Amino acid sequence: MAISSTRFQVEVAPDGRQVLLVAGDWTVWTVASVEEGLRNTKISPEAILDVTGLERIDTSGAYLIDRAFGALDGVDDPIEMRGDHPTIERLMGKVRKASPAAPPDPIRQPGLIALLDRAGRGAVDAWEEFLGLLSFIGETMATLGRLAVNPRRIRIRSVVAIMEEVGLDALPIVCFLSFFIGLVIAFIGANLLAMFNASVFTVELVGIGMMREFGAVLTAILLAGRTDSAFTAQIGAMKMRQEIDAMRTIGLDPMEALVAPRLIALLIMTPLLTFAATIAGIGGGMMAAWGAMDISPAMFITRFQEVIVPMNFWVGMIKAPVFALVIAMVGCRQGMLVEEDVVSLGRRTTSAVVQAIFLVIAIDAMFAILYYQLNI
Amino acid sequence: MTGQAVIARTGSAPAGEGDVAVRVRGLINRFGSKTVHEGLDLDMRRGEILGVIGGSGTGKSVLLRSIVGLNTPNAGEIEVFGQKLNALSRAERVKVERRWGVMFQDGALFSTMTVRENVMAPMVEHTRISEALMRELADLKIRLAGLELEAAPKRPADLSGGMRKRAALARALSLDPELLFLDEPTAGLDPIGAAKFDELVRSLSQSLGLTIFLVTHDLDTLAATCDRVAVLSDGKVLAIGPLDEVRKNPNPWIQEYFSGPRGRAAVR
Repeated sequence: MAISSTRFQVEVAPDGRQVLLVAGDWTVWTVASVEEGLRNTKISPEAILDVTGLERIDTSGAYLIDRAFGALDGVDDPIEMRGDHPTIERLMGKVRKASPAAPPDPIRQPGLIALLDRAGRGAVDAWEEFLGLLSFIGETMATLGRLAVNPRRIRIRSVVAIMEEVGLDALPIVCFLSFFIGLVIAFIGANLLAMFNASVFTVELVGIGMMREFGAVLTAILLAGRTDSAFTAQIGAMKMRQEIDAMRTIGLDPMEALVAPRLIALLIMTPLLTFAATIAGIGGGMMAAWGAMDISPAMFITRFQEVIVPMNFWVGMIKAPVFALVIAMVGCRQGMLVEEDVVSLGRRTTSAVVQAIFLVIAIDAMFAILYYQLNI
Repeated sequence: MTGQAVIARTGSAPAGEGDVAVRVRGLINRFGSKTVHEGLDLDMRRGEILGVIGGSGTGKSVLLRSIVGLNTPNAGEIEVFGQKLNALSRAERVKVERRWGVMFQDGALFSTMTVRENVMAPMVEHTRISEALMRELADLKIRLAGLELEAAPKRPADLSGGMRKRAALARALSLDPELLFLDEPTAGLDPIGAAKFDELVRSLSQSLGLTIFLVTHDLDTLAATCDRVAVLSDGKVLAIGPLDEVRKNPNPWIQEYFSGPRGRAAVR
C-alpha cells in the first residue's frame, strides 16, 4: 500500500470564492506533514472543498480539513464540495458532530509555593499515617483479645501456611546475610584490635554485636523488605478485586481472617529467625577469626562461654517480637489501604517497606537508649 | 457432524479475495488436555459486523486473542487483509497490527494515565503528529466514542463502568483502524447504556467503514448491530450467517439459545 503524498492548495475560483484542493492520503499516518501548513492557512467558511485528487481519508484527515474551514468555531453549515469521493462526506459529518472543545489536563503548579505546599501536606500525612498505624494496632489487639477468649477461631491452617512463607522460606537468606555480616565484623575487629595486641577480643565484638544488635535488626530489616511487600501486595490485590468487601458481606472479619494470622505467624517466626541469624553471624565471625587470626573454633567457643553473659542474648531476643508486631502491622495496614487502581498498590507496597524499615531502626534506637539507662 | 459442516457453509457465500478481512483456517488451540478449537474455519467480510456467540468456554475470547496475536495457536492459519500473520516479519506485522483496534472486556485502560493520554498513547507510539494535534484528535475520538469531554482529564478509576467502556473504545479508535475487535462490549452495562452502545457501534461502523468482530452474550446487541452471526461450539463454527438464518438452525444449542425467554424477547 503505497502512500500518496499528502498535499493541499488554496485557489480562487472565477466567482471569487476560495477553493481548497486536497490530494493524496489524509490519514493519521500522513497528516503530520500538512498540519503546520494548514493551521497557518486562512480559509473562509464559505470556501469550496475540492476532493478530486483525494485518495484515502480517515477521521484525523477529516478533522484537519474541518478545522481549516473554521467549523470548530461554531459554524455549522456543511462544506460545499467539488469532485467525488466515496467516504469524505460521511466522515466530515461524523467529525463535525464530535468536534471537541475540551477542558485541559490539570496542570501542576510549579515553583516554591508548590514545594511548600507539598512539604506541608507531607508532614501532615506523616503524622496521620502514624496515628492511623496506632489505631490499626489497637484494632488488631482487640481482635487478638477476642481470639484469645475464643481460640478456636484462630485460623491455624493459614497461620501455618504463612509461617512457612515468611519464616522457613526466609531462613536461607537470613542466615546467609547474617553469616557475612559476622564475617565482616570479625575482620574489621581483627585489624583494629591487632593494633593493641588484643585480637582475642574479636570474640566479644562478634558475640555481643550479633546477639545484642545485628541478629535482631538484620532479621527485622530483611523481613520488612521481603514479607511486608508480600503482605501489602496480597491484601492489596484482594482489596482491589473486592474480595475483602465480599468477606465482610458474608460475615468474615478481615482482621480475623487476614491480619491476625499474619501477625501470629510473624510473632512466632521472627524470634526463631533472629536466633538462627545470631548463630549464623557468630559462625561467620568464628570463621574469620580462624582464617585471619589463628583463633581456632574450639578456642573461640571456650572464650565465648567465659566472657559473654547470657543477658546479651536476651537483650537482643526481646526485640524480635516487637519488630514482628511492627512489620506485620505496617504490611497489613498498607494492604488494607490499597484503592482500586494499580498505582495505589505500588505506592502502598513502597510505603509499607519504607515505614517498616524506618520503624525497626527507630525502635532499635529506643531500645539502645533504654538499655543504656538501665545499665544492661 | 457432516450435517453441521453443511450448515456452516450456508450464509457464507463465497467471497472474493479482496472482500475478506479475516480468514481463519484450521485453527487449533489446546490448553493442557482441554481442546478449545479443533480445526476452526471462519471468514469475515470487509465492512461487516460479525457477532460471535457460543456458550461459556467455547473459545470466543481465545479466537479473538488468536487473531490479534495475543495467543499463539497450536496449528492453523490466520489471514488478516490477505496477509498470513505467522509468515510476516516483525515490521510487516506491526503494519498489519496498526490497522486494527482492540477493546478488551474490562477496558484495560492504563490506570496511570488520564483518558486523553490513554487515547493518545497509540498515536505517541506510532505517528509523528504534533502533540497539540494529538490532543485534539484524542478529544475527537473521545467524543466519537460518545463520551463527554469532561471525562478526558480523568483517570480510569474515576469513571463509571459504562464510561470506561467508551474510553476503551476511543482508544481502540485512536489510529482509525479498519478492523475493530470488541470483547463483550455491553457486558455490565445497564439496558439503556447497552442500547446506546449498540447504536454507537452501528453508526461508527457505517460512517467510518469499520469491520467489526464482536464477541458477545447479549442477544439485544446481536439483533441490533450484527450483519452476521457466528456460533461457536465443539471447537468449530457451528453456523454462520444473518441472524434470521442462524436462528432457524435445528441445532439444539442454537434453538435453546434463541428460543429461551431472553432470546425470544431480543429477536422478536
